[in-house]
Amino acid sequence: MKAFTYERAHDPVAAARAVAARPGARFIAGGTNLLDLMKIEVETPVHLVDVQDLKLDRIEPTDAGGLRIGALVTNTDLAADARVRRDYGVLTRAIVAGASGQLRNKATTAGNLLQRTRCAYFYDTNMPCNKRKPGSGCAAIGGVSRQLAVIGSSDKCIATHPSDMAVAMRVLDATVETVNAAGETRAIPIADFHRLPGDTPHIETALAPGELITAVTLPKPIGGRHVYEKVRDRASYAFALVSVAAVIQPDGTGRVALGGVAHKPWRDAAAEAELPRGARAVTAKLLAGAKPTHDNAFKLPLAERTLAAAMAEVRTTA
Amino acid sequence: MKFETPAGDNPIDRMTVVGRAHARIDGPLKTTGTAPYAYEHHREIADPAYGYVVGAAIGKGRISAIDLTQAKAAPGVIAIVTADNAGKLGKGKFNTVKLLGGPEIDHYHQAVAIVVAETFEQARAAAALVRLDYARAEGRFDLDTALKTAPLAGGSSDEGSGSPGVDRVGQFEQAFAAAPVKLDAHYSTPDQSHAMMEPFASIAAWRGDELTVWTSNQMIAWGHGDLARTLGIPKEKIRFLSPYVGGGFGGKLFLRTDAVLAALGARAAGRPVKVALQRPLIPNNTTHRPATRQHIRIGATKDGTITAIAHDSGSGDQPGGEPETAVNQTKLLYAGANRRISMHLAVLDLPEGNAMRAPGEAPGMMALEIAIDEMAEKLGMDPIAFRIKNDTQVDPEKPERRFSERQLVRCLEDGAKRFGWSRRNPKPAQVRDGRWLVGMGVAAAFRNHINMASGARVRLGQGGVVTVETDMTDIGTGSYTIIAQTAAEMMGVPVDAVVVKLGDSRFPVSAGSGGQFGAANATAGVYAACVKLREAVAQRLGFNSADTVFEGGKVRSGNRSTDLAQAANAGELVAEDKIEFGKLGDTYQLSTFGAHFVEVGVDAFTGVTRVRRMLAVCAAGRILNPQTARSQVIGAMTMGVGGALMEELAVDTRFGFFVNHDLAGYEVPVHADIPHQEVVFLDEADDKANPMKAKGVGELGLCGVGAAVANAVYNATGVRVRDYPITLDKHLERLPALV
Repeated sequence: MKAFTYERAHDPVAAARAVAARPGARFIAGGTNLLDLMKIEVETPVHLVDVQDLKLDRIEPTDAGGLRIGALVTNTDLAADARVRRDYGVLTRAIVAGASGQLRNKATTAGNLLQRTRCAYFYDTNMPCNKRKPGSGCAAIGGVSRQLAVIGSSDKCIATHPSDMAVAMRVLDATVETVNAAGETRAIPIADFHRLPGDTPHIETALAPGELITAVTLPKPIGGRHVYEKVRDRASYAFALVSVAAVIQPDGTGRVALGGVAHKPWRDAAAEAELPRGARAVTAKLLAGAKPTHDNAFKLPLAERTLAAAMAEVRTTA
Repeated sequence: MKFETPAGDNPIDRMTVVGRAHARIDGPLKTTGTAPYAYEHHREIADPAYGYVVGAAIGKGRISAIDLTQAKAAPGVIAIVTADNAGKLGKGKFNTVKLLGGPEIDHYHQAVAIVVAETFEQARAAAALVRLDYARAEGRFDLDTALKTAPLAGGSSDEGSGSPGVDRVGQFEQAFAAAPVKLDAHYSTPDQSHAMMEPFASIAAWRGDELTVWTSNQMIAWGHGDLARTLGIPKEKIRFLSPYVGGGFGGKLFLRTDAVLAALGARAAGRPVKVALQRPLIPNNTTHRPATRQHIRIGATKDGTITAIAHDSGSGDQPGGEPETAVNQTKLLYAGANRRISMHLAVLDLPEGNAMRAPGEAPGMMALEIAIDEMAEKLGMDPIAFRIKNDTQVDPEKPERRFSERQLVRCLEDGAKRFGWSRRNPKPAQVRDGRWLVGMGVAAAFRNHINMASGARVRLGQGGVVTVETDMTDIGTGSYTIIAQTAAEMMGVPVDAVVVKLGDSRFPVSAGSGGQFGAANATAGVYAACVKLREAVAQRLGFNSADTVFEGGKVRSGNRSTDLAQAANAGELVAEDKIEFGKLGDTYQLSTFGAHFVEVGVDAFTGVTRVRRMLAVCAAGRILNPQTARSQVIGAMTMGVGGALMEELAVDTRFGFFVNHDLAGYEVPVHADIPHQEVVFLDEADDKANPMKAKGVGELGLCGVGAAVANAVYNATGVRVRDYPITLDKHLERLPALV
């Protein structure tokens, strides 16, 4: 770990200002990902601005009939919230499918969205990685890539986004609210929040330097059956090979997003329209143009079968 | 005490303490955090400096330049040791590869430097400033490629030495060709990491030319000797201690880099240094279980009699390394007149392969016991009936050698009843429970018992306290407890009147912990020392030692009786002895047996396998403590589930390293993976093994589990996977159609 300076911010704009003022500065909240990466010098911030005193830890109703989730609401509290469990079940299910109880107690809503990839080559500083060290190359391409992306990847990066929560947020059409050093606020649709790797895999979100997430809002509830199916080799405490977040309406229409397949939660309106025709029709469209590796080609049939499982779950528990 | 003839009646047979369930006597220390592990000897070493290990960044090649300028100037740095300034170092007898590399690099993450600083954080930060330039060389990193030209390995005999390259009985080729029913199949097992909880860790402190090392090691004498050899100093100058070990699984059988670099770092820093090998370094820096490629051929008559059996295993290792002896169990497990056993060993530049729990046996049984299941299906036989049909009570290679005890058939039959095997549908892919395809599998468990000389010293002190000293280790297995039970039984005192001191090179050399030989041999050594102490007690009390009875804290002879404590009134009595073995282990085949039963569910949609219940029935000699023995077996069963379903060190054959080198990437089972487990021990007392009439269970519990899982998966799905681990991608698209 490289030596760094540290301060504790007390209001969001001041926090944004503190980070914007110092190149190489970072926000820290729960630290469940950032600290691990700092210990192995994958992350080397020169300055940390601790945001945990910003009082962004409330879940409140919005005028539009949805919920505003403070950036610092822990994963545990968010998953357990009665309104979330009642109206946004897919979100609770996704969150409790991730990490462990201890980590969810520390991890925050904003921090969860900002997790870095779990690509093993990203974690090993001896290996080339365009995400860690732009221009150094991608060791994962042609390497061990069973966990990695099958779609939306580039010849610079085939990493996936590891979050479960973000997949549910995507299917719920959440919005990320931010503030910057000038005090300007912005609402970024979750669809636009995470970027594809392209030629700049080190730039992972739409956030500008120093821009701070203050909340994630959910639109008013959409009803339907909420399902989160996560596939992994062991029963708990593992990242998804493939996950499916789905909200299915009684008439068979609905929404679907995939996790574990791309650099961001993967969703497509045209594919979703195929839901009444079954899982195969959906994934055929949703994953059209996929470029899997030898190691992870199984994710394509797995995605279809996992969606089928989600749809069957809805049918059998309806 | 030399053990040369079968054990007669002895005080252990009373089984008033030995053979009874007893919670681990070191348990309260561990649950309260007061058992000092290697990194935690705060009382002895109050102000250590901290060492951080730098691992090589390449798989093969050499260091072309080292620049320590920045690292040396970093805050808190006291010393940096590399091969350039370490002085002349030897290599341990048990190490294949040097523990401090440079300039030549033998494998990825081979240690190349230790940075010593005032704090751990300073050492870690400075370690990242060590500037190393490398010249990469071409490495041999792909096992399949290397095996194409790999020679036969010598020695498929027990413990791998010196026998011919191919072991033959009869005429395998002709018999196999003529067999009406045959199987010819290939199986593979991946590289695996021990993934023990406690990392490799050591504290080293010099006083003049004398060195004390607190470490985490399974075999004190091996580590002690190899540290002396490596440092080039007499071993009398080194005290090597390992009183508590947080798991080893074979990874800590040998001296490793943490101990060597702590010693070198402490010498350079002029003060004690502690080192814990950082987790991401462990899989590539230390040893692992080598991957295997196995080929099994079995021929049988239509009634299910095996007439021909051949097993070849290929594995790889560093130059001078050993094969993974995956074929050994096939030599002894089933009858068959014509046999062919061989191994191939490729040279690889991946990290050093070496022993991991049930070395050879675990991957060998993972393959063989699938093959037996496949063969039974071809024959239309129940896999239990097929195994029973081909049971043998003698060594098939040397029929004059009988098994001392072999209750495999009873294990299978008893287990079948308990598990409800009769409810298994022999036709695969027939049983559904909601979205789960349900199947049952069985496999034999089989692991040989190894005799090892083992010594102990026993003291009878004031108040009748019995103190046992031996360099035996407790790696979480219960050694403290069974040794206390043994001494208590022998001296006729309760367990809490016994103090057990382990893991110190100043104590008599024991068997150590490995190869499931620890419990039986170490307690036999304590038995031998206690026999001597009993004689000393009798002599001091003026009793006739031949008929003296030790019981209830008293010593009785004829009509005389006195408190045991009285014997120490005139001063402590000390006795030391060791158990040594004659030829009984050659005359008889000493082995342990069992049967593993597993029920799995395979998700019909995703192909994910989850174990639903497990049973092991074991026959392994006298069970010294059913509670700690059960813990050993359920732990091994858990490891077997990991091996069957998830554990794999993924090799990058371009860069030459194990990619998933932390506990996020190398998945081992979590609680949610392990459902109901049941363990049954059959009554057995093996008088050919040792005076304890005990053998071991720690590895038996792992042998065969993986195949039982695999066979259950097949029974659930109808898709045979012969390549471990059985992850969903290996059968997903061949699963029964979704309805």
